[in-house]
Amino acid sequence: MKAWRRQGRGDRVRYVAVLERPEASVLRGLMGQIEQMLTGRGAEAPDDELAALTGIRTGPSTPPEDPVLARLLPDFASSDEKDADDLSSALRSMREPELIEAKRAAIATVLATCPAGGGRVELAPSQAEEWLAAINDVRLALGVALEVTEDMPEQLPADDPRADHLPVYHWLTWLQDSLVMTLTG
Amino acid sequence: MSPAPGAAAPPRVVPPDVRLSAPAEPEVDERTEEAADEATLADTPWQTIVWNDPVNLMSYVTYVLQKLFGYDKAKATALMLDVHHKGRATVSSGSREKVEGDVSRLHAAGLWATMQRAS
Repeated sequence: MKAWRRQGRGDRVRYVAVLERPEASVLRGLMGQIEQMLTGRGAEAPDDELAALTGIRTGPSTPPEDPVLARLLPDFASSDEKDADDLSSALRSMREPELIEAKRAAIATVLATCPAGGGRVELAPSQAEEWLAAINDVRLALGVALEVTEDMPEQLPADDPRADHLPVYHWLTWLQDSLVMTLTG
Repeated sequence: MSPAPGAAAPPRVVPPDVRLSAPAEPEVDERTEEAADEATLADTPWQTIVWNDPVNLMSYVTYVLQKLFGYDKAKATALMLDVHHKGRATVSSGSREKVEGDVSRLHAAGLWATMQRAS
């Protein structure tokens, strides 16, 4: 991969990187998996007559059972808040549909701007922000799946079942961090 | 939070077939063990809390706090370090509706945020 760099100025500033084919493939594959999970969750939304009449969609009132989805769509209320469960349920029904839409839109931007066979990625500032959010969601998902801790080593012992997947997590960490640095540098 | 990756050069990726299967045990909820935050923003009914987690990058959290709340780099960095070292920080406050919106935008960015009444 050729690392992120800034090109142009003002309205024409672009953030550019060149991805190898396997990098583009793994990135798109993971984005696709998250997109499917979010779409599945979105389809669980109750389809009631009031929503059809008012055009206001409501989502499920309980958190996802899947721990990856639960991390991507967390509760709203602090657990020690009075009536935390009721507040979280009400806010989840009201706000989860738009949250799923925002996450799916960010993934759609990555899929639209990252060539399937690898190659040049060129992002306007708003697209770069969507890349950051989408990469972060993939890292959160992998963090749950790989049981990532704050002091995760570069490599795990070869007999650890997570050992083969950890390099992808570290690569995504690098991809995200270097894009933040290029945006703010 | 996770510090910046050590290597300046991109690590090489040989993509395995990664499946996002769930771990067997749910994570332990440590939130109840946290001490109450100082009432830094008194007289406001609701607060937005950001919690520490092992995945979000320090650089990204600082960036998100600047972007969403318009904080300068020094303030965003101080809040990020509070999250990192104390486990949580109050990042905004105001009416219930405002704080709901703030939590929602933080969730869209992937931060672990909740809301509570100011104590």
